[in-house]
Amino acid sequence: MIWNAVRESEAPEKRRTRQLADLKDLVARLYNRVPFYKERFDAQGVKPSDIQSLEDIVKIPFTTKDDLRDTYPYGLLASGEEEIVEVHTSSGTTGTPVVDAYTQNDMDIWAEVMARCLMMAGAERGDVVQNGYGYGMFTGGLGVHYGAHNIGCNIIPVGGGNTERQLQLMRDFESTILTCTPSYSLYMTEVAKDMGLEMADLKLKSGIFGAEPWSDNMRREIEEKMCLTAYDIYGLTEIIGPGVSNECSEHNGLHINEDHFYPEIINPETGEVLPDGEKGELVFTTLTKTGTPILRYRTRDITWLERGECACGRNLVRMHRLLGRTDDMMIIRGVNVFPSQIENILMEIEETQPHYQIVIDRGQSHLDDVELRVEVEPKFFSDETKQLERISQKIATAMKNKLGVNLQIKLVEPKSIERSMGKAKRVIDKRTL
Amino acid sequence: MKVTQISVFMENKNGRLAEITKLLASKNISLRAVTIADTADFGILRLIVKEPDRTRDVLLEAGFTARETDVLAVAMEDKPGALADVMELFEKNNVNIEYLYSILAGKGDKADIVFRVEDLERGQILLKQNGYDRPLDL
Repeated sequence: MIWNAVRESEAPEKRRTRQLADLKDLVARLYNRVPFYKERFDAQGVKPSDIQSLEDIVKIPFTTKDDLRDTYPYGLLASGEEEIVEVHTSSGTTGTPVVDAYTQNDMDIWAEVMARCLMMAGAERGDVVQNGYGYGMFTGGLGVHYGAHNIGCNIIPVGGGNTERQLQLMRDFESTILTCTPSYSLYMTEVAKDMGLEMADLKLKSGIFGAEPWSDNMRREIEEKMCLTAYDIYGLTEIIGPGVSNECSEHNGLHINEDHFYPEIINPETGEVLPDGEKGELVFTTLTKTGTPILRYRTRDITWLERGECACGRNLVRMHRLLGRTDDMMIIRGVNVFPSQIENILMEIEETQPHYQIVIDRGQSHLDDVELRVEVEPKFFSDETKQLERISQKIATAMKNKLGVNLQIKLVEPKSIERSMGKAKRVIDKRTL
Repeated sequence: MKVTQISVFMENKNGRLAEITKLLASKNISLRAVTIADTADFGILRLIVKEPDRTRDVLLEAGFTARETDVLAVAMEDKPGALADVMELFEKNNVNIEYLYSILAGKGDKADIVFRVEDLERGQILLKQNGYDRPLDL
């Protein structure tokens, strides 16, 4: 089933006509209401009237994550503050959080695009959606919630964690659709085994997995162990949260809700727009939002686009599942972590050197195991194991408090971490993605 | 009595201890005591040698992390209960012991035990007062 066939299967010319009208309206609105955008346009000598075709979008300057941070909290607000009905922020582990402020219009868009995504993964009225994404400031939980409500599904709003309870609910309420991170779904199968619960006996038909990188191999493993069909979902707080794109039954890329989120692929070095099929950085313009719309936002995610009719009946442009990042961001158990953050935290701990290496592996539990190898500062080396263990503990606590993830700390000998001449090899990712 | 112990930080990886012992052998350093304290992630090699300063320098030059720590070497009768007597003495006088180990091949009828205590001065005075003041024969 298709939630909104008029839009999702619309003739491409008709869609482009509306995208252009929305883009012109958006540009005029932001130019007049948001000083940040006006300054950017003026600095480039661009006026809203210069946007006469969709191709003219290249005249618009890019917006970056730093721009969002610099304008925290409400610097990019394009509506009145009294029109905002809900606010979400990124976790802020990488610095000042990023804000998405939603007007009622934006909430309606969110519920619409999420309903489309869920339906791409087979959700219909009468389905029981067990929502394992976290509720709260994180957009994952509530985004799925609103979309499922829009369709008329029964939602089990369990949120993340508490795995035994998750499985009991899944069994007792006969959940048909599960939403969570892919690695967590595999962890569930381990716990189910311990509980003597057969996944095949449950009613799950679909799993909608996102918020962390995963591979086709992992998809096969999940489908086999969980006895369901796995779908990839993509979204980010800066754009709306989940609901930007989703896989359909064809599993041939993720359909982007392009009537709301206009995608481009650019060369990350030059900023030049690349043709369909070429790999580059994904850029989004939110055509229809009114709270905190954004122009040409650089996601730092690498993918490519493919157009055309899909066997599912939609013709929304498809993005290939993510191929990587243009920066060194790691996603560890769903949390975004930059090596620079780890370095900053280590700098504040006198017992260590800011020489470190991160080894990420997906262990037996299927969750990400992260080992942080840190060099001991020689003057703090002690003949007593408890002193060294105290240093390990201190680092682990600082990482947990500031990054929100548990890292296993391994103290290593000074100068044992390779110092390369160019870019240090800080991250060793052994996850097979 | 008071002797200088050398401790060396070791990652738990293959061949590390072999490297260290080979290095010491090449510099003709004889070990009088050797022990390893290990955790899941790392180990600390503790050594008693005749020339602690030279040993430390040899290790540092080779890139190891090493340091000196003062410990107490106590010569006691090589008979049942001798260690218990010393332990009782420490316990009664609130001298906390971090760890202990024995010296290789005690000479004659004496057994040498190395104590790492929290309060070195106090431990030293206590031992002297109780007749455990024979210097360690390295």
